[in-house]
Amino acid sequence: MKTRKGIEVSIAASIAAKLARVEVIAAYPITPQTHIVEHLAEIVAEGELDAIYINVESEYSAMSACCGAAAAGARTFTSTSAQGLELMHEILFIASGMRFPIVMATVNRALSSPLSIWGDHSDVMAARDTGWIVLFCENGQEVVDSIIMAYKMGEDRRVLLPVMVNLDGFSLSHVIEPIELPSQKEVDEFLPPYNPLYTLHPDKPVTMGAYGMPELYTEAKYAQETAIINSKKVIIDVMDEFGKKFGRYYKPVETYNTDKADFVFIGLGSVNENIKTAIDDLKTQGKEAGLINLRLFRPFPSDELMSALQGKKKVAVIERVMPGGAKNSPLYNEIASLAFANRMTLKMENYIVGLGGRDVLPEDFQQIYNEMAAKEKAEKVKKDKNYTVMRVRA
Amino acid sequence: MAKPMDQYKWHELNVGCVIEEIGNSKEYNTGDWRSMRPTWDDAKCKKCGLCWLYCPDNAIYEIEAGFYRANLGYCKGCGICATECKPGAINMVEEQR
Repeated sequence: MKTRKGIEVSIAASIAAKLARVEVIAAYPITPQTHIVEHLAEIVAEGELDAIYINVESEYSAMSACCGAAAAGARTFTSTSAQGLELMHEILFIASGMRFPIVMATVNRALSSPLSIWGDHSDVMAARDTGWIVLFCENGQEVVDSIIMAYKMGEDRRVLLPVMVNLDGFSLSHVIEPIELPSQKEVDEFLPPYNPLYTLHPDKPVTMGAYGMPELYTEAKYAQETAIINSKKVIIDVMDEFGKKFGRYYKPVETYNTDKADFVFIGLGSVNENIKTAIDDLKTQGKEAGLINLRLFRPFPSDELMSALQGKKKVAVIERVMPGGAKNSPLYNEIASLAFANRMTLKMENYIVGLGGRDVLPEDFQQIYNEMAAKEKAEKVKKDKNYTVMRVRA
Repeated sequence: MAKPMDQYKWHELNVGCVIEEIGNSKEYNTGDWRSMRPTWDDAKCKKCGLCWLYCPDNAIYEIEAGFYRANLGYCKGCGICATECKPGAINMVEEQR
């Protein structure tokens, strides 16, 4: 039995970056990401990690500096939240288009306005299609393990893409959890030094980020898209290898109590812990519900999700973002599209919860279950909104 | 590049579109969006080479007898040469195509 230690998840995330032996860190502090980058700054200043810590003046510069460092062949780390992620939005596409395996811990926070420092998924959902591999974490252990795995996934020659590791602001970043931190020796055995395909070096000059004429742009983007779609196989391999080495096995799509239930919740991130609690409570009342937890969001794990949905009748898609004028929230739209393409007839409901740090309690999920169970015969078509915002005062 | 740009298939491109060949930008004639072109009045030209020096695209070259001309494959018609020319020997005229 290995030792688990009570530690703040943010501090554990920075230790994971250290264990991955990152060589360049460029970050700008923003709540609720602050503890990650503060602690990394300390680690570097104390000489515990041989890395360059670039104090940049904005997130735009943070991601730009990460791209430059990655181009020079360095293993690179950054972290941000909310407005910071939006400020670097333009460079997110450059990191993925130039195929830099940067790893970023995104500590999910609501976007202004109104100004909020609290958690939801509006930041990552606005950046979900930037060509990054996107992972979500349910607890602190997953954060540590995902950061270490992210380098192995992104740096694989078959992938070469940046990876975003999402953890919920405050409800995950600022809590103290029992976490097993692997030893440096184990991580070194699992994660070899980054061996870049191309680097900026005077001995072999190359051009990176050149202009793509109309004759080439489509082919260039097609190549990039193929890379992210094919990355899923490598992601699964890395998760398997991690499991064998460290004893904690992960999958792109994980399930909880789905064998017995034809009702499933689908959610992202730390909200899934409360859903599991609700499922356990429902069980004591003789009601069966399951959870489909998407750890991998990009590339979208269609096959794995389809397998998990086989035989299910009712699906409650839980999201922490407003659709912004869309028909539904992003994950719901994607699952509906997948179900339609596969001719599945699912009763799907879309619930928006936990915006801007509002508490999401297990009782909320019991309520969702009971609402959807009651709607067995009387499905009413909603005219204005195809989703329900939980706990909105009306 | 080993072949014309419009013949590359997606899987033939380098990862991240990295270009390993040095200076291959000269293969691409980027002058085709020009709306103005520079013309030289050699009678006014002092052969100082300021146009050659200031051209941001290295599109100006020296001809025999020390006068200058623009390579229209690369000249974008920006007019910097005409602005910098002290004796006023360069005149920008509308491109006829």
